Amino acid sequence: MTGLSLLVFLPAVGAVALLLVPRGAVRVLFSVAFGVSLIAFLLSLCVFSRFDPNTAGMQAVERAAWIPAYGIEYIVGVDGLSLFLVLLTALIMPIAILASWTIHDKVKEYLFFMLVLETGMLGTLVALDLFLFYVFWEVMLVPMYFLIGVWGGQRRLYAAVKFVIYTMAGSLLMLVAIIFLATRNYQVTQTLTFNFQQLANLRLPFHEQMWLFLAFALSFAIKVPLFPLHTWLPDAHVEAPTAGSVILAAILLKMGTYGFIRFAIPLFPEAALAAAPYIMALAVIGIVYGAMVAMMQDDIKKLVAYSSVSHLGFVMLGLFAFNLQGAQGAVYQMLNHGLSTGALFLIVGMIYDRRHTRMIADFGGLWKQMPLLSAVFLIVTFSSIGLPGLNGFVGEFLILLGAFGAHPGWASIAATGVVLGAMYMLWMFRRVVFGPLARPENRLMPDMSPREIAMLAPLVALIVLMGVYPQPFLSRIKGSARLALERVEAQAMATPLVRVESAGEGSNRGR
Amino acid sequence: MAADYVALLPAAEVLVTALVVLLLDLFTPAGEKEPLVWTSIAGLALAGWLAFHFRGAEGAFENTLLLDRFAVFFILVFVAVAALTILTSVDYVRESAIREGEFYALILLSAAGMIVMAAANDLILFFLGLETMSIAVYVLAGMWRARAESAEAAMKYFLIGAFATGFFLYGIALIYGATGTTHLARIADALRGSQVPLLFAAGVFLLLVGLAFKVAAVPFHFWVPDVYDGAPTPVTAFMAVAVKAAAFAGWARIFLYEWSPLRDEWGPAVKALAILTMTLGNVLAVTQSSVKRMLAYSSIAHAGYLMIALVAGGEMGGQALLFYVASYAAMTLGAFGGLAALKADNREADAYADFAGLGYRRPFLAMAMSLFMLSLAGFPPLAGFTGKFYLFSAAVASGHTDLAIIGVLNSLVSVYYYLRVILMMYMEEGGVDAKTFRNAPYLYTAVAVAAVATVYLGVLPTSALDASVGAIASLR
Repeated sequence: MTGLSLLVFLPAVGAVALLLVPRGAVRVLFSVAFGVSLIAFLLSLCVFSRFDPNTAGMQAVERAAWIPAYGIEYIVGVDGLSLFLVLLTALIMPIAILASWTIHDKVKEYLFFMLVLETGMLGTLVALDLFLFYVFWEVMLVPMYFLIGVWGGQRRLYAAVKFVIYTMAGSLLMLVAIIFLATRNYQVTQTLTFNFQQLANLRLPFHEQMWLFLAFALSFAIKVPLFPLHTWLPDAHVEAPTAGSVILAAILLKMGTYGFIRFAIPLFPEAALAAAPYIMALAVIGIVYGAMVAMMQDDIKKLVAYSSVSHLGFVMLGLFAFNLQGAQGAVYQMLNHGLSTGALFLIVGMIYDRRHTRMIADFGGLWKQMPLLSAVFLIVTFSSIGLPGLNGFVGEFLILLGAFGAHPGWASIAATGVVLGAMYMLWMFRRVVFGPLARPENRLMPDMSPREIAMLAPLVALIVLMGVYPQPFLSRIKGSARLALERVEAQAMATPLVRVESAGEGSNRGR
Repeated sequence: MAADYVALLPAAEVLVTALVVLLLDLFTPAGEKEPLVWTSIAGLALAGWLAFHFRGAEGAFENTLLLDRFAVFFILVFVAVAALTILTSVDYVRESAIREGEFYALILLSAAGMIVMAAANDLILFFLGLETMSIAVYVLAGMWRARAESAEAAMKYFLIGAFATGFFLYGIALIYGATGTTHLARIADALRGSQVPLLFAAGVFLLLVGLAFKVAAVPFHFWVPDVYDGAPTPVTAFMAVAVKAAAFAGWARIFLYEWSPLRDEWGPAVKALAILTMTLGNVLAVTQSSVKRMLAYSSIAHAGYLMIALVAGGEMGGQALLFYVASYAAMTLGAFGGLAALKADNREADAYADFAGLGYRRPFLAMAMSLFMLSLAGFPPLAGFTGKFYLFSAAVASGHTDLAIIGVLNSLVSVYYYLRVILMMYMEEGGVDAKTFRNAPYLYTAVAVAAVATVYLGVLPTSALDASVGAIASLR
């Protein structure tokens, strides 16, 4: 086992190792978990360094027979679409474990589930066999259920059950779709396989594609979450412990959008094309609706949660524009959202740890008390609203560019979402950080500790780096994004229904 | 010829072991009954070895009793389930003042009946096995004599069972009337090429009803909750797993193979039964407040999943059925084993609330229990998921995509109540006192074996899958 497999299974091995550590040795438990996640991050950097930016296809592929009777293989690999998400996952995990230092209850179980979750997420991102993908997809679910249900807030049980049932509802239908797809492939080609690259060559009649696409799309749309399937998200985000919210926002939501561009669109191009107008419409509704609801929140964590609905709407809009700018921007925006919203949840957690409240009204004037945290908060807020010079701008700009090419009307409405986003974020920021330091309790809040600085520093550095120098990222995404859209673009050329701008070389105009 | 009786060896060996255990019981002082446990398990292991060693031997009694790979597959499942049931029972039985010698002997007797059912290629012989198994289990259900519910369970089970037996026997009579034989292959021969006589169709229908009672398919399920609830927990596990598996063995051999040309006659009826069984089982399981009753309804639901394989038919359906039987056996036995580890004064500790906080007081037991619940709910990479994957694959491949969709929607419902056990164990406080756990090494061994099997069948299903492929191929 080398390379990707080692990266994927190392956290699971670490989780088993944790079981051998006595319950009381909290420091040892944390050190093991943190060390394992750090080594995993270093391994992901190795994967990055070996990645060839000029190759669009899969790299570092490993395959082995698993269940030969059903043509099921163990195949993993990365391309430009998954590479940075793998890096993001490996980066967020040590940070999330650092953020969990404040957990005192049942530490062993907590860290066990964190590491299992990491294996599930990394596996989902690199799996190229649909059966394997489904296994990892579900493996992500159980640890998150525990993290919310055991270490969550007041309504944790409700939120945990809702999270599982919603996600399962989608994924089980996807399971039937996977089986159906493999069965049809067998009937046509006489080879039984779940390798998605082989299955992508199958051309099914439109009505079958449509059903299969719907099953996949439902599963992914719940995860994204696409309006109106988002109702589990505020509950799960708000009730989850800080690290859980960070992982949910930074990584788990991306699994939905990743699923669309990796599987749903290339496997069922005609159906995706036909569904695009509806999905774009829902994405735009999500952008505006999420922003409006976020504006009305009294609770910072809830506000950030609803902002995710809005931001992920942008990603969906970019994906279903079906042109290179849109797709590149969408993948870029997935990373941006991971960094900025992850950082926002960390900051909310830090504030909550100090004051045990998340109500906007309880704060004000924090800048005077904790200038460092406030400065970081400001940078992250600017990143979230897409200020030029930071990463959010690049992503949103590319997405809107792509969306204008495909559907100017929806793109115009979506652009108002940018304005709304600036409004609710800045308004919240002003109420929390500026103004007089009115409440005496807030005078006791210490500024960031070294641990907290270590958590946020890498995120802030990336936010700035990706804002001023997006080229190394975009160039690696480009080839794979084009490959993923190849079939759907070819289809679009043939059908005059949807106008798609040809994906020219000017794709980096966003800079 | 001596070779004629080789196929009979496994069943005969288990019968003899049962008698040896009864005799041994007379010579061991009370409180030191452990030799009985080891004798029983050794006998079962020997039966498994005999079956495996003589697989493919010539059929006994004019080919009415076969030791083909299909029979061997089920025999191995039965002996494993019986052995694990005995391990689960050791402490439970001792503390409930159940007579140990009789208890183990009855488990063995009913296992012998099951072995005959799996090997029978003749309706009458199958019926003999069915009755041997059933009568032993009627008694087992009522063995906790101090508990009124146990007696009630035995009485109900006996009455319903006798009723079902009547249907079954009448079905055999009608089939005999229509074809002049009870031998499966000859019945198929007699029907080949000709119109199916109404008499025969009526016989098949009655046979189906009889089997539906035994596997607890809706609407023949109403006895299950009370019987499963009242019987001692290890016996409930044995009923839910072994009895059901034996009935499915017969069902598969009779309907999947010998009478598969008649699929158009019985296929739609079984499909309707499957849908009803899954849906009602799952929906009613949601409403239960006792884990034992929940598991009873869940066993109904799982019978529904298994019936998907019967509807799908063909090689894929058969393989999926066998694989799922093995998976279901591992996870259900484990779940009942975990339940049997809890005890309370003067009642069965089987409420959801009794599981509260178990995750922190008995971490390994709770972890195993979580595995069983997740597997039953169909989470990968556990046995229940892999089994369901094969079931649904078989359904889709045979054109029954609707069954697969209904199946997954049912799985979704089941997630709710299985996770509720986990929720209690890890997310609630309280529950039964730490000191009232059964400190039972035998029981924990059984649970550990079941847990390992649940993970193994899920992650590396190939060996069991190959065995089921071979078993189904031997039916051709």
